[in-house]
Amino acid sequence: MAESTMKAPKRRIGPVRWARENLFSSWHNTILTLLVGYLIVTSVGPLLNWVLLDANFQGSDASDCTGAGACWLFINQRLNFFIYGFYPEELQWRVDIMFGLLALSFAPQFIERFPGRKWLGLFGLTGLPIVGYFLVPGGVFGLEEVQSSKWGGLMLTLILAYIGIIASLPIGTLLALGRRSEMPIIRGLCVVFIEVWRAVPLITVLFMASVMLPLFLPEGMNFEKLARALIGITLWQSAYMAEVIRGGLQAIPRGQYEAASALGLGYWKKMGLIILPQALKLVIPGIVNTFISLFKDTTLVLIIGLFDILGTVQSTVTDPAWQNVAVEGYVFVAFCFWVFCFGISRYSQNLERKLDTGHRT
Amino acid sequence: MKKQTFDSKPAGPKPWYDPRVRAIFFQVVAIALVFWGGWVLIDNTLSNMESRGISTGFGFLDESAGFGIIMSLVPYDATMSYGRTFWVGLTNTLLVSAMGVVTATILGFIIGVARLSSNWLVAKVSLAYIEVIRNIPLLLQIFFWYFAVLSSLPSPRQSVDVGGAFFLNNRGLYVPEPVTQDGFGLVWGGVFAAIAAVIGIRIWAKRRQLATGAIFPTFKVGVGVLVLVPVMSYLLAGQPLEWDLPALKGFNFGGGISIIPELAALWIALSLYTASFIAEIVRSGILSVSKGQTEASKALGLPNGLTLRLVVIPQAMRVIIPPLTSQYLNLVKNSSLATAIGYPDLVAVFMGTTLNQTGQAVEVVAITMAVYLTISLLISLFMNIYNRAVAIKER
Repeated sequence: MAESTMKAPKRRIGPVRWARENLFSSWHNTILTLLVGYLIVTSVGPLLNWVLLDANFQGSDASDCTGAGACWLFINQRLNFFIYGFYPEELQWRVDIMFGLLALSFAPQFIERFPGRKWLGLFGLTGLPIVGYFLVPGGVFGLEEVQSSKWGGLMLTLILAYIGIIASLPIGTLLALGRRSEMPIIRGLCVVFIEVWRAVPLITVLFMASVMLPLFLPEGMNFEKLARALIGITLWQSAYMAEVIRGGLQAIPRGQYEAASALGLGYWKKMGLIILPQALKLVIPGIVNTFISLFKDTTLVLIIGLFDILGTVQSTVTDPAWQNVAVEGYVFVAFCFWVFCFGISRYSQNLERKLDTGHRT
Repeated sequence: MKKQTFDSKPAGPKPWYDPRVRAIFFQVVAIALVFWGGWVLIDNTLSNMESRGISTGFGFLDESAGFGIIMSLVPYDATMSYGRTFWVGLTNTLLVSAMGVVTATILGFIIGVARLSSNWLVAKVSLAYIEVIRNIPLLLQIFFWYFAVLSSLPSPRQSVDVGGAFFLNNRGLYVPEPVTQDGFGLVWGGVFAAIAAVIGIRIWAKRRQLATGAIFPTFKVGVGVLVLVPVMSYLLAGQPLEWDLPALKGFNFGGGISIIPELAALWIALSLYTASFIAEIVRSGILSVSKGQTEASKALGLPNGLTLRLVVIPQAMRVIIPPLTSQYLNLVKNSSLATAIGYPDLVAVFMGTTLNQTGQAVEVVAITMAVYLTISLLISLFMNIYNRAVAIKER
């Protein structure tokens, strides 16, 4: 019958009724509303003036910032530095290609019915790092070499977060399997590894990677600073990843393990064909969340002297040529991070809801 | 009917197909690999340190440090040892962590409850706060407070002066320092007596309630005792307290307690950032208590305040505690970002300056990591004990 498929009628209430219910339902709610409303009104005006109305957008150097508001032209002037660091300008198309490929493989993930979005995502996880490995540093196929010390800005932030997550996925999976293993020594080793890395702050890990790693390696073998930071981040992140994946492994009903064993599958076939595909699907939101926190944590590399996006902005706001632009610089970086993190977290929330309903039977 | 019996171990498969044999084999291989890796690392490290002329051992802890530290809770000057710098750094880390945990918890609970407020405006403002703050890197927030807000405060000569007692400038916040005089022991006695009395009243009130059902206003009486007894003993002892007021001496302030801007920036940023996560934890905890519980308690005739205190909060806490613990751990670990703005915490002082001066990376990094490991384990231990106390007791 037609009626049964109709949606419940929406309750319509007027704005006055709505306000009375939601803003002025009691005397203390009224006071609260007035107080918060007053604070918002008094702060929004000056903020709007500073951000837009009195702000300076045109010009080329600090002397053009004459208005009382924000000095946005400094962002404009240094944008290339904030995105590419010291990467040579004539070679930046290589980075642009990587940005494009990154967007191409992950942006469709937000669109439900995009054709072949799974394949694009798979390319993003496997093919993209390989392309980037050759394209960004160059030195092969006739591409001019660009030292990693010249990388910086947003590009470096993305590289750190991206490689950190891609490399920590397989290591984290192995650690999670090890922690669930029935062999006591393997389990013990994995537990110690995971708990030690999770207990120490990322800064100490980065310090260790930059100071102690050269001591650990045999003489004559050394990595660049960026590679050392990446090793530290990967080890640290894989401990967190292991805990996320372990959550997924524990959520798989025992029957699945037993059924796989009953079919005569060995350990790796059981895990690889039956358990992990289900477990990893379950923890995609968790993986996305660790990615968000890793993405924010990559800013710490500026402490060991790498120029990520915050590092480039920080070096500009302390530059005598641009004075009193600290707030503008920080707002710019905050906005960049906020857009990325908020977007991704919304995506993960959607995913969570979708996966959740899929498993409710 | 004859039952068919199986041997516990069929004779068929070859030993290398036996899972138990395999398990032993893999574990022996794993141990061998770990030992081999460890040996290679130690060997490399020793030969590298020898070739670079770095000495080993913990003897450096007794050597004189020779550098100043801008803030220390334990007495410190540049002639003291590297071991002393460790304690200075550790106490500074613990100080900012403790301050951060307290304010982040209070703020987080307020925002988390406000997020669920029936007042639309309050709920939306809290939502905006949470979504903005937690999606911006903590280091950036620390920089913002330190470089953009606190360093733009006026210089010491143009300090913001509140009543001649509090001064705020770009060198920090200066507050009067209480200096206890003779006879202050009586006030301490009063404080402890009041605390003991309140505990006694609480036990007695609970017993009486169990026996007779009559409710004693423990909270109001307790607050009264806690305020009145110390004040009375303070007056009785002849007001044995003087205030050391901060005053401008030369280019800077002397006297009083100063909160340096590094500490303030770190504290504010840590509190605000962690509060946004705690708020979400509190919200999910409160939402996890089913509506039937509230309704049942209302049906029993409990007023709103008691419903919240006796029914909702105890159940919500069970959901809140485990993630709250990990937020506290995060806060302690995040306090190491101090090194970026020069607050002398453990990482900045010990892993920074001391490591640079002595070059003994292995020992210093090992000690620092051990400290964080210990703090983490201790916090989880205490929270686990507390969690066990509030967990559901199946009867």
